[in-house]
Amino acid sequence: MRNLATLLFLGGLGFLLLVITGDLVFGDPPMLIGRGIQQAAPDQVGAANIVTAVVLGYRGLDTLGELSILFAAATAGGLVLGSTRSRNTRPAGFILRTGVDLLFPLLLVAGLYVVIHGHLTPGGGFQGGVILAAAFFLPLLARPQDAPDHAWLSVIEGLAGTAFIGIGLTALYQGEAFLTPMLDKGVLGELVSSGTLPLLYLAVGLKVGAELASLLVRLSGDDEVTS
Amino acid sequence: MSASIGLVFFVGAIGLSLIGIAGMLLSNHLFRMVLALAIAEAGANLLLILAGYRWDAVAPILVDGQPAQAMVDPVPQAMVLTAIVIGVGVQALALSLVIRVRQHYGTLDMRVARQCMQDELDEAAGVTPGRSQERPAGGRPLPTPIAEAGGRRQA
Repeated sequence: MRNLATLLFLGGLGFLLLVITGDLVFGDPPMLIGRGIQQAAPDQVGAANIVTAVVLGYRGLDTLGELSILFAAATAGGLVLGSTRSRNTRPAGFILRTGVDLLFPLLLVAGLYVVIHGHLTPGGGFQGGVILAAAFFLPLLARPQDAPDHAWLSVIEGLAGTAFIGIGLTALYQGEAFLTPMLDKGVLGELVSSGTLPLLYLAVGLKVGAELASLLVRLSGDDEVTS
Repeated sequence: MSASIGLVFFVGAIGLSLIGIAGMLLSNHLFRMVLALAIAEAGANLLLILAGYRWDAVAPILVDGQPAQAMVDPVPQAMVLTAIVIGVGVQALALSLVIRVRQHYGTLDMRVARQCMQDELDEAAGVTPGRSQERPAGGRPLPTPIAEAGGRRQA
């Protein structure tokens, strides 16, 4: 009975979505705002990556909301799991330890590159932050016995979030809207260009990296049935 | 030709979402439900990206400061970036809840966990399992007498 109802629901939903998408012309989107942004973004924001211009320039407030959601999820995850979880203390094998030693600097450089070039190339704070989180989580996987105290992760997270909001408030103080890109736009396509966007993406990258790293640390505890 | 290719893509994205929703509804394993949620999200993201696709277009990134002839719509891409990040947060929270369930009940089967939870609730509320709404006491075809029910309500 439950299966039948589920299948009926899925059939109806699929039919509805197909009918809706049937009106969409594939390959020729009717949305006008995308074209307008493509025309206006190079002069208004100065970022070569127009997705970055949309994410941080035109809808920076949404990005702040997105960061808040991620923060709430990470905090709730920490609340649910608690900090008293027993940690796996078995030493890892030789291959994992050597691989982590080789990978750690490469991951660090790749993550920072993706974060800092977020306004020029594909990538940005969120993607680079995930790479940074992986870079800082791998040593814990390899050497769980001398895991460092992860209080500094929440310090970085808090500072990065404060920096993001602070940049937005500075724009407000100068008479612009909240999170309006400021400073000199520079030459399109150069590393130091498009004003405050790289700074915002750096804050986003550090925040996302610290959040995901602490989340991974919490999730990686030993799965002993303790209670 | 082009319309049929578009139809194939749309059907693929919608099908991915439907597979994910079907997995969430039909599965009884909590971890598989989280995985199905991830698949459904992937389908929804693919649908959004497809809505902004343009033929013979490049990624919305300016090369050498010159806008290309045609670029795909950047707005759905920015929205999907948001959706992916939020999806990661939701999955992490769901996984930590699943870990807690496994720690507490020792199982990931939803039916078993639900039964354990019901037993715990019954015990905490002082209801004997035979009288709970899920499992009425056997061998007593008549409903509870009105006087007894009223007395219990007052108490």
